[in-house]
Amino acid sequence: MKIWKYGDDINTDMLFPGKYTYTCATPDEIKPHLLEDLDATFAQAVQAGDVLVAGRNFGCGSSREQPVVGLKAVGVAAIVAKGFARIFYRAAINQGLLLIECAEAVDAYKDGSTVSIDAAGGKVSVDGKTYSFPKLPPEIMAICDAGGLLEYTRKKLKGRKVG
Amino acid sequence: MAQTFAQKVLARSAGRPQVAVGQIVTVKPAHLLTHDNTSAIVGKIDKDLAEVGLVRRDLPIIVLDHVVPALDEKTARGHAKVRKFVEKYGVENFYDVGEGICHQIVVEKGHAKPGTIIVGSDSHTCSYGAVGCFATGIDRTEAAALLLTGETWLKVPPTIKITLRGQFTPGVSAKDLVLRIIGDIGADGADYAAVEFHGDVKNLSIEERFTIANMGVEMGAKIAVFPVDERTVEYLFSAGVKRDQYQALWADPDAEYARELTYDLAELEPVVAAPHTVDNVFPVSKFAGQKISQCLLGTCTNGRLSDLREAAAVLKGRRISKKVRFLVLPASRSVYDEALTDGTLLTLLKAGATILPPGCGPCLGAHQGVLAPGEVCLSTSNRNFKGRMGCKEGEVYLASPATVAASAIHGVITDPRKEL
Repeated sequence: MKIWKYGDDINTDMLFPGKYTYTCATPDEIKPHLLEDLDATFAQAVQAGDVLVAGRNFGCGSSREQPVVGLKAVGVAAIVAKGFARIFYRAAINQGLLLIECAEAVDAYKDGSTVSIDAAGGKVSVDGKTYSFPKLPPEIMAICDAGGLLEYTRKKLKGRKVG
Repeated sequence: MAQTFAQKVLARSAGRPQVAVGQIVTVKPAHLLTHDNTSAIVGKIDKDLAEVGLVRRDLPIIVLDHVVPALDEKTARGHAKVRKFVEKYGVENFYDVGEGICHQIVVEKGHAKPGTIIVGSDSHTCSYGAVGCFATGIDRTEAAALLLTGETWLKVPPTIKITLRGQFTPGVSAKDLVLRIIGDIGADGADYAAVEFHGDVKNLSIEERFTIANMGVEMGAKIAVFPVDERTVEYLFSAGVKRDQYQALWADPDAEYARELTYDLAELEPVVAAPHTVDNVFPVSKFAGQKISQCLLGTCTNGRLSDLREAAAVLKGRRISKKVRFLVLPASRSVYDEALTDGTLLTLLKAGATILPPGCGPCLGAHQGVLAPGEVCLSTSNRNFKGRMGCKEGEVYLASPATVAASAIHGVITDPRKEL
């Protein structure tokens, strides 16, 4: 598991440049451009299970969901940050990508630190020291548990026909 | 218990007597705004739509504005898919290429009614707070689910109260105010929160309120909202919305706020947001003399008639620097029409402007004025992020229409008060 460390105000243009927003929508189209203007090595080297650690206001800017769709598709296990912008936060719920808001864990992280995550328990550990993070309320957790908002919606709509 | 604007709107929509900050409520928005991204949104649920249909024909407002006219075959196919969806499901509110920027259209065509909820798959949906609407951005997946169900969840936000006092001095405008606020509280200063504007709001036109509400998301806000007053009522009436078609809401006088700030408009000065964050705000004098290669006047932040007129007032009888490309995009067909009729566009054209069709244009870096490495754009838009205008080695500074116009004359960032 590799940890990718970034700073404050990582915006959606850095995570997925706006020039691609109307030409790339599927995970395969998105993946090669992930974090293109932030870290040119990321798209090639990222592996399933990797974790991002970042500062304040992660995901600020545009409402584009491609960063979330792409990070989920490449198997990023979680993003640990001091804070998230709200549309990005909702987008992560809608795709079932785990976001951990925990400033102490970010402050504790240094190059080479080990990070482990207990999503169900609401705990993240950095170099063996454990920090709690607030879990989502049950009605919102249900969206993640269903595998994302569209799956959740389909379950709810089951049986409804054009009428 | 006293309630904020956000609490009142969410309680009414959820059918509850009142709601508490932090509570999660299910709401049925009056409208869902989508734009060029409608093709991707619909693409997620083609099969579901065939099975259960579109939940309400009057729910979506669809505006093609982001990459218009189509840039290439791929964007043209996207637009074609949107038109097909509109026809197949009888979508009532559709605006094709050339009608204008989605946020301008929603307000100008009378879709944004005070006290209602509008969500949109665009972060600047918060603009409709200018007319007392609870308006906020969502992603494409949530927009897709809304087309099927007509409902979503919202968490009741805490509220920040910003009180405005007095009036702007010449050369200072709403853009300078909102950049100043973002510079002060930071790009995440209002994360998850509602922002209410109080005080001498009557001194601000609806277009000025629009500029301020539009940039709410740049301070992280869920909504940024103004009270409904006589100026709102008059504006809405001109947009075809009568007073009995909406029930405006506003905060109780003793509502509880997470934070309170006050700004004296007369004390403000022209500012710029320097690369690469919107909260990197300084007096224009700090960057006076900075060379620029492109100026952009337009976008959902500053593309309305008053913005174009403000720039034309500075540029009347003048000529822009030969070293600058000056791009102008009226926010809508109606703005274009009025600016053409009253001579504003002729003034800008004679000064050396390139007039582009109504739309988002170069703001998002997809077409119509992408930067080359080393180039600098001074823009009336709302984001100066790295790579925003299509090139990560290009730089974007944000400013008011007057500052952009004055700077275009000299080819360097210039205090507009010197050109009045």
